[in-house]
Amino acid sequence: MNRIKNFIEYAGWPRIIIGIFLLTLFVMAPFVRVRLDASISDTLVRFGMNGVMVLAMVPMIVSGCGLNFGLPLGIIAGLLGAVTSIEIGIPGIPGVLIAMAIAIPIATILGWAYGLLLNKVKGSEMMIATYVGFSSVAFMCIMWLVLPYRSSNMVWGYAGKGLRTTIAVEGFWHQAISDIGSFRIGQFFYIPTGMFLFLALLCAAMWVFMRTRTGTAMTTVGSNPEYARASGVNIDRMRIISVILSTVLGAIGIIVYQQSFGFVQLYMGPFYMAFPAVSAILIGGASVHKATILNVVVGTILFQGILTMTPSVINSMIQTDMSEVIRIIVSNGMILYALTRAVKVKL
Amino acid sequence: MNRKFDSFKHFLVQNAVPILFLVVSAFAIPISQFSGTYLIQEMLVRLSRNSFLVLSLLIPIMAGMGLNFGMVLGAMAGQIGLIFISDWNVVGVSGILLAAIISTPLAILLGWLCGAILNMAKGREMVTSFILGFFMNGVYQLIVLYGFGSVVPITNPAMVLSRGFGIRNVTNLEGVRKCLDNLIPVSIQGIDIPLATFLIIALFCLFVVWFRRTKLGQDMRAVGQDMKVAGAAGIPVEHTRLISIIISTVLACYGQIIFLQNIGTLNTYNSHEQAGMFAIASLLVGGASVSRASIFNVFLGVVLFHLMFVVSPMAGKYLIGEAQLGEYFRVFVSYGIISLALVLHAWRRQKNKDRARRSLRGIEAE
Repeated sequence: MNRIKNFIEYAGWPRIIIGIFLLTLFVMAPFVRVRLDASISDTLVRFGMNGVMVLAMVPMIVSGCGLNFGLPLGIIAGLLGAVTSIEIGIPGIPGVLIAMAIAIPIATILGWAYGLLLNKVKGSEMMIATYVGFSSVAFMCIMWLVLPYRSSNMVWGYAGKGLRTTIAVEGFWHQAISDIGSFRIGQFFYIPTGMFLFLALLCAAMWVFMRTRTGTAMTTVGSNPEYARASGVNIDRMRIISVILSTVLGAIGIIVYQQSFGFVQLYMGPFYMAFPAVSAILIGGASVHKATILNVVVGTILFQGILTMTPSVINSMIQTDMSEVIRIIVSNGMILYALTRAVKVKL
Repeated sequence: MNRKFDSFKHFLVQNAVPILFLVVSAFAIPISQFSGTYLIQEMLVRLSRNSFLVLSLLIPIMAGMGLNFGMVLGAMAGQIGLIFISDWNVVGVSGILLAAIISTPLAILLGWLCGAILNMAKGREMVTSFILGFFMNGVYQLIVLYGFGSVVPITNPAMVLSRGFGIRNVTNLEGVRKCLDNLIPVSIQGIDIPLATFLIIALFCLFVVWFRRTKLGQDMRAVGQDMKVAGAAGIPVEHTRLISIIISTVLACYGQIIFLQNIGTLNTYNSHEQAGMFAIASLLVGGASVSRASIFNVFLGVVLFHLMFVVSPMAGKYLIGEAQLGEYFRVFVSYGIISLALVLHAWRRQKNKDRARRSLRGIEAE
């Protein structure tokens, strides 16, 4: 009994409720003729697709910059990399690597500027981050039309210029990372081993980084800025590093997402992409000030699991598509919960 | 001389956003080739349409709660009222009144909810109310898309989706269209003036001016200045904040009704989202900040923001030759201006702090 109590305290009620809900969905799936193996496989694939973007939340939370609603900035860098890589036209792993090689410097520069900005607005980072994300997406809408990309795979056919809203990566690097050592069991069960390995690699790198000198200093800045200043840590510099890291991870994350998804989504595509990542890490047990790699893994599995299972299971049960509404309520409810709870602890 | 220059610079910093907008508009208006009469008519319509929504933001700012992104909750309540009256086919001004009566209790309830949640998130009211808007949007969809027509009876089959429940994407408000605007028809040199709407807005401005002088209004300002001091002085801080949000939500609800009676159609699942964004952008363009806003800011902001809104696509088209670009530019401006104003607010706060410190040092030196 005591052990159960401890576990509940450790995991927290929201996770347990959501976990039980997800488990119920999985149990019910066979009864409403939804294939269990396909569902599990879908959940795992989506976990791999979104994992890196959720991981991108960690550095900024840890350094006290709050939830990175400005993730679209990193995503834009990733999109630029992806589009340029397709323009160059090299397929397979080298194509993905080129995309990342282009995206990372762009993300570093954008992240640096974004970090400088956030240092000027301490205390209201989250609100400003949201709007930095929104306005950068809106700005890029103009740029996608104007930038001189010419590859016939990407531009509007009749005009010969201006990028399309969705660009297929089929024929370039569709599933290039996912398919490293991937395997199938039966017709429906597919494991993208490469994508998991890549995510694990990044998570491990993050775990190690958090234990280096810089990483510890960053954590100190987030949890106790006064103490950090007294120990001679340059607070502004640490915050900028965390923002750059977060933006770069966002850029890598979207490339991983695209190579699995098969499409590059431009224009208003990245507009709301920060919200699923934010909700995922919060569902995983992170708060506005504290996040671990475990939060990333648990949160992404739970959140993506619900996203995968609600459309199929609930639709088959009540013959209505309620998944969109459930997604909105669960993800934003989770963010609300975290925002209100963090202050309660402080009081 | 130096001091004069400094105060001039201070003025520029204080009013950076409206000045920027004035300059951009001054360039964009001739390029867009709109006639003066057209622009004046358009501005009058937009003033009558949007002012009330923007005014509803004033009271939470007074109470130190920042920009109330939760005003979309009020807008949702107003829309639910409008859905009912168009179902029951109540037309004209009585329709508007009935819609307001139906949605008031709903708005009070939502406002209370919003205020209670914001009291749990002191210091980050804006981002919390912003997310609350998204969250309630989900609840609103759940109710209107699944509840209406199944749990809540809807008699008019033309409003319901073909599957038997849920309201259609577009609800026609032909019955109440412009009924308030045209209640007292006035026209000067071919320019129609929606006098009745302006009278209501004027009445509301008087209310704000009066409200600031009441005990409650003073309490709110005290809470806005410093919650701890206000609490020590015996002001019930949380209660006062709650009331400011409830008032704001109810007013936003009326504002949305006025807005939609002018438009004449209700985008059932989108109208409220845009209401929040445009109202906040307008207020900020008018030179208001997160902590200080006046009635003048409201009207200046509505005019400047919507001037930009009307002019920019055409200006973009004549300048670059692509309509789509102008459209994206408009979206960019709406979001960009909010971010700019939020950043400028933080930056200005820091500047003011530096100024205060410097002047202190100056006195010491003398």
